[in-house]
Amino acid sequence: MSEPTLETVTTSTGRRLRTEEMVVNMGPQHPSTHGVLRLEVVLDGEIVVDVIPHLGYLHRCFEKHCEHMTNYQQVVPYVDRMDYVAAMTNEHAYVVAAEKLLKIEVPERVHYIRIIMAELQRIASHLIAIGTFGIDMGAFTPFLYYFRDRERILDLFEMTCGARLLYNYMWIGGLSHDLPPQFTEKAKEFCTDFKRTMKEVNDLLNYNEIFIKRTANVGVLPKDLAVNYACSGPMLRGSGVDWDLRRDDPYTLYDRFEWNVITGNGEMGSVGDVWDRNMVRQREMAESVRIIEQALASLPEGDVQKAVPKRIRPVPGDAYGRVEGPRGELGFYIVAEDSVTPYRLKARAPAFVNLSVINEISKGAMLADLVAIVGSIDIVLGEVDR
Amino acid sequence: MGLLDQRFESSNVVVTTMDKLLNWARLSSLWQMQFGLACCAIEMMAASASHFDMMRFGVIPRATPRQCDVMIVSGTVTLKMASRIKRLYDQMSEPRYVISMGSCANCGGPYWEHGYHVLKGVDRVIPVDVYVPGCPPRPEALIEGLIKLQEKIRNESLAQKKAV
Repeated sequence: MSEPTLETVTTSTGRRLRTEEMVVNMGPQHPSTHGVLRLEVVLDGEIVVDVIPHLGYLHRCFEKHCEHMTNYQQVVPYVDRMDYVAAMTNEHAYVVAAEKLLKIEVPERVHYIRIIMAELQRIASHLIAIGTFGIDMGAFTPFLYYFRDRERILDLFEMTCGARLLYNYMWIGGLSHDLPPQFTEKAKEFCTDFKRTMKEVNDLLNYNEIFIKRTANVGVLPKDLAVNYACSGPMLRGSGVDWDLRRDDPYTLYDRFEWNVITGNGEMGSVGDVWDRNMVRQREMAESVRIIEQALASLPEGDVQKAVPKRIRPVPGDAYGRVEGPRGELGFYIVAEDSVTPYRLKARAPAFVNLSVINEISKGAMLADLVAIVGSIDIVLGEVDR
Repeated sequence: MGLLDQRFESSNVVVTTMDKLLNWARLSSLWQMQFGLACCAIEMMAASASHFDMMRFGVIPRATPRQCDVMIVSGTVTLKMASRIKRLYDQMSEPRYVISMGSCANCGGPYWEHGYHVLKGVDRVIPVDVYVPGCPPRPEALIEGLIKLQEKIRNESLAQKKAV
């Protein structure tokens, strides 16, 4: 079936209808723009001609704040608030960069705990991504199922460091607290139970006929376009590119664990469609559970604050540290001068980079599919605007 | 439902004041604006999801301001967003209430000093009924704030103007 365009719309008597393009404003207050994103959508009937994202509704002056702190450690709370859905990952990226700058070797136990926390956080972030994506597609129940399990992850974080959402847990050179005694047992329990939830949600949402109809062959992002736009994370892997920093640039001890990099394979439609991106997130959670189980089984002993420096004053220079966050490559570039604060701190936010491709992949889609595409990119505006 | 309990056993007439009836109706179905700004929005989502279930207080998220009674300002209000929040507030029909959730919406939070693009408290653009402190507040804290708002509505009167 050919799509009607501006030229082909006719009445029943064969007369050409005069049509014109229309600009629709979506956001900043809109239930499915995941925060305060504003999209200026040019429509031809119901078909999207152009999408222009407008940013800056949550610009919180992150990089300026980092230059104004009294020391390097004080940056961590602001890093938390950048990508608030995955605060542990942000801390991880920042401390990796700072430790590279200061040339600190941290104990093995710290690495292991950081990996456990980062993977738990990845699961928690994907749970929100898939849950809210389900709401965008009209499925409310999976959201409730996933938030039930997300609360259990937050309970694990809370018993470790006392906070539910923004932790300030990872310090430069160590951690603020060691794991509490019951942590291992509770985390193992969670891993076991979570496998069951994943199956439930697969049945409810991901292999649901209506959901597949809404998402397969929608918003297809070809491989070369994904690479050209520097997409990363599930966005890139959904398009079939086998790239994961945890394997390809192992920043901590990820090379010690056995797990697979998940890529999209066009199971329900074509490679790189919305269904693929969503499914990459779903399957990645299973891999994260595998990593957590292995890390918990081989957790070494040690003092988590042994390598924490008393005073941080790096020699002038620069360092770039990056981790594979739930949304993709999250990097911090620190430029240090002879001072106790960074001279400049640049954040490479994956959500911002991934969002830039939205114009390319939503041209020709229906307006309702645009909601699916925005949901599948999994943006967090705190990170996009910083 | 305390107002109507066991009132229908002998007769079907309820005697109450207009104030009490209206207040009871208002406080038991506070429809909330589905409107997240920043980190606190995630905790607001958690508060309305399965574990905390804010719907048991009659708080149902609605996507349009025309249908809403309460606006929960959940997160950092930037200067660019402030004018939009004011407009959304103006679009809500009266009686309308505002809960300011989290330090950022209360006073600028961690961004109060160097945040050149952050509004230092949402009460500079719209009147706030309840402030919930925390960065971010726990869902329990938000629910506490909601109950405080319900108490406030319970003591309102048609004879007096709403104290802002």
